[in-house]
Amino acid sequence: MYITFDPGRRLCALETLLEADVWHTIAHGVGEAHSMGFPMLVPFSPWCWLLLLVVLKCSEASSDLNKSTNSTAQHEPNVRFAAASSEADEKISVFALDYDYVQIPYEVTLWILLASLAKIGFHLYHRLPGLMPESCLLIIVGALVGAIIFGTDHKSPPVMDSSIYFLYLLPPIVLEGGYFMPTRPFFENIGSILWWAGLGALINAFGIGLSLYLICQIKAFGLTDVNLLQNLLFGSLISAVDPVAVLAVFEEARVNEPLYMMIFGEALLNDGISVVLYNILIAFTKMHKFEDIEPVDILAGCARFIIVGVGGVFFGIIFGFISAFITRFTQNISAIEPLIVFMFSYLSYLAAETLYLSGILAITACAVTMKKYVEENVSQTSYTTIKYFMKMLSSVSETLIFIFMGVSTIGKNHEWNWAFICFTLVFCQIWRAISVFALFYVSNQFRTFPFSIKDQCIIFYSGVRGAGSFSLAFLLPLSLFPRKKMFVTATLVVIYFTVFIQGITIGPLVRYLDVRKTNKKESINEELHIRLMDHLKAGIEDVCGQWSHYQVRDKFKKFDHRYLRKILTRKNQPKSSIVSLYKKLEMKQAIEMVETGILSSTAFSVPHQAQRIHGTKRLSPEDVESMRDILTHNMYQVRQRTLSYNKYNLKPQTSEKQAKEILIRRQNTLRESMRKGHSLPWGKPAGTKNIRYLSFPYGHPQPIRRDPKVADFTGDDSSDSELPSIMFKPYPRTGTLQERRLTQEIIPMKSFPRGGKPCHFGYPRNTSQEEHVGAGRREALRPKPLFHAVDEEFESGEESEEEASAGGSRWSAEHRPSKQYHRSHSPLLQRK
Amino acid sequence: MWLSSKKQTKKPPNVQPETSLLRLYHRFRALDRNKKGYLSRVDLQQIGALAVNPLGERIIDSFFPDGNLRVDFPGFVRVLAHFRPVDDDDSGMRDPKQPEPLNSRMNKLRFVFQLYDLDRDGKISRHEMLQVLRLMVGVQVTEEQLESITDRTVQEADEDGDGAVSFLEFTKSLEKMDIEQKMSIRILK
Repeated sequence: MYITFDPGRRLCALETLLEADVWHTIAHGVGEAHSMGFPMLVPFSPWCWLLLLVVLKCSEASSDLNKSTNSTAQHEPNVRFAAASSEADEKISVFALDYDYVQIPYEVTLWILLASLAKIGFHLYHRLPGLMPESCLLIIVGALVGAIIFGTDHKSPPVMDSSIYFLYLLPPIVLEGGYFMPTRPFFENIGSILWWAGLGALINAFGIGLSLYLICQIKAFGLTDVNLLQNLLFGSLISAVDPVAVLAVFEEARVNEPLYMMIFGEALLNDGISVVLYNILIAFTKMHKFEDIEPVDILAGCARFIIVGVGGVFFGIIFGFISAFITRFTQNISAIEPLIVFMFSYLSYLAAETLYLSGILAITACAVTMKKYVEENVSQTSYTTIKYFMKMLSSVSETLIFIFMGVSTIGKNHEWNWAFICFTLVFCQIWRAISVFALFYVSNQFRTFPFSIKDQCIIFYSGVRGAGSFSLAFLLPLSLFPRKKMFVTATLVVIYFTVFIQGITIGPLVRYLDVRKTNKKESINEELHIRLMDHLKAGIEDVCGQWSHYQVRDKFKKFDHRYLRKILTRKNQPKSSIVSLYKKLEMKQAIEMVETGILSSTAFSVPHQAQRIHGTKRLSPEDVESMRDILTHNMYQVRQRTLSYNKYNLKPQTSEKQAKEILIRRQNTLRESMRKGHSLPWGKPAGTKNIRYLSFPYGHPQPIRRDPKVADFTGDDSSDSELPSIMFKPYPRTGTLQERRLTQEIIPMKSFPRGGKPCHFGYPRNTSQEEHVGAGRREALRPKPLFHAVDEEFESGEESEEEASAGGSRWSAEHRPSKQYHRSHSPLLQRK
Repeated sequence: MWLSSKKQTKKPPNVQPETSLLRLYHRFRALDRNKKGYLSRVDLQQIGALAVNPLGERIIDSFFPDGNLRVDFPGFVRVLAHFRPVDDDDSGMRDPKQPEPLNSRMNKLRFVFQLYDLDRDGKISRHEMLQVLRLMVGVQVTEEQLESITDRTVQEADEDGDGAVSFLEFTKSLEKMDIEQKMSIRILK
């Protein structure tokens, strides 16, 4: 259907006018805000107006649709091209508008764009993410879109149906959860997690269902037509929690690791279990519409539950291994590596669904299995791509679900029943409390580190419902559930309540439970010492290492190294071109760092307060405040040992810069001391080492360990002709090194303690074993993800070599260009 | 108490596998790469996470008191014992004639004090405070700012006006802080 020239032009004109007007007002608004001195409103106003602009465009589009429907109602709904041929006698229209063709993708894109703009605004105001979970924002955006659609009387908005949800929207969300799950803590706590997630979901589902059934029996509420099965089904869908959404809110409270894992694990498995229950109960409802349920059926249901769960996991593991195996061979076509990862995960989901097994558990198991091996095999850029793409897909899915939720909130299809809704809310809380305290009481008997009551309260309160419950409620078949609207309304109320009220108050609650004395201002003295103690504690914890129930893990690790890794990870052939490529990269990085003045001591900024306080001069409060500010903003963060997972965002890389600075500073001090001429045991001049950094992932630097045979290469590198390179040729000691592929030379440097104590350099050499093939390659060529780098996985002697060598090569590095500044006059520089 | 059993360096034959002492022993063995039976600085330096800790070197130095170059298992445990959580019933029933346990508040504070006081003169001079501050702060803070912060820090704690912070003054300035909780590592219980 075409709209001919005139209305189109009118529309265009309107839009341009609107835009001009809007920009004019934006400029005004910014100017006013500046003059009034409210800087924080400034970021708000532009995006606010931008939002409005998009919203107006959207409404224009939808009203436009109505116009077109009205004006061309009498024409046949032709396909575009057919219409062209039938109206051959009309003039060719220079401008034409065809909205129907693009309606669905157009609107969906607009929604996603709107949600993204809202997220930008959300994060601009930096305190907001700590106050409320991001799901709040998404729900508000969804409600807004719903209001627009309702207001403009949109005839046919895109609607979610069962196949779209289960086939397209749900898998990315689950895949992301499974991929980003930290495996080591997960498997350490797996008993508790399975016990809690599995039994908790069941207890919640059946508890809520049964209680609601009892309520429904009371004739006064008008709910007697809701039978037991329907109540049970409702209970199963309402017990699908999404606690990860609130994790960001109390992240800075340094929640301890097992608690974190419980919440994460529950979120991960909960969806799967709810969907399995849901499907089983739907099957029951279909089967037994008219008859009573027999015990045999119940037993069959239980058996089916177990089979579905276990079968799904099994499928997932198989697909994970297959995809890991395939990525072993993709060296030369690294562009398809993300594709393989995603396709295999999706395939595992679909294959499991074909056999009526749990696709969610399958895709989760696939992601968990695949992750370790794929990360070793895949190139650095593919790895980044996979991560970002996964986050993107899952956030798009979730946004869409929330928008559907908003659309259905503001609509005419509600049925409000006070009793049902209130009792639903009440029972949700009661049953969650019961399941938390009962189940944890039991599992605490078996744990080495039991969960405190405080932890259990946090887990109880983090039972926030999310997109999952809504989707399942929305997709209830109306034929089997005549009172579907009531269910949907009740679900919406529970979601709104939990997300807004619990989501916003959980932050203060956790901080309160943490019993931190943050209400009084600390003196500068105390602040400094507190930070020092935090660093000290983190350091000592690192010395202690990670402890776990190491027997089972060790066995698995041995099996893994001996068999699995050989099959699934690539044979490492560090070609000299790859190694040199990395050298080039880090050289560029080094140059950048120098140029941005990180190393040079002359690049410090001019101080605002130029006073030097001598002796016991009294300081004014403003000075103290500014000092406190300097400290809080500039002191190094303590290394986060507890996990940090944000559902909507990948972790920002602020700790990288900090780690670089610390390392460089340390190397500087080492070199300073070395310049004083301490001699090395093997008689080479001091400072003739030349090991460099690799790119830093998540705060763990990894200098490349030098392969002696490419040591000469750096001398030929033309880009650093101004930077004299100092080569270290360990030939006398490394006769056989060149034959061995993965020999690591670790030349750790030690700081010189004050007081002139004698120094010594250790020069241990690590020879690799076959089992460290994967690890060696990983260190040499790729930064490790945070979770791998943090944990020192092995307790047994042989494995610690890997970790120890990784640690050694990681930090024993020097920064080459810095020599230019500090040693330009040193005669040592001229050696090549 | 497991502190007293630290004298044996061989694996204790009938200790339950879950005690933290046994785990520390395994950790000691894991860090000791060349199976020397002791740890040198190098072994500790190879813990990657310590390298990006601003106080990494100082923490390592605290394992080697009095200029030793090696630390054996009892010494290793002795340092880590400072970080054991304080049991509430410890302080009530303690025999005053016995030496204070290593994880008492005093001893924890003493441990921290030693991180500052490198020349072991019993006082944190202004210079030492400045060095610690420099370690902990990013590069964009100027020298002047650092010096004024140092001055303020010393000034707040210094009571007898000698321009340095003695151990007692240090303790007093931190009396409101919950040291026991801050310097306790749960897994060492």
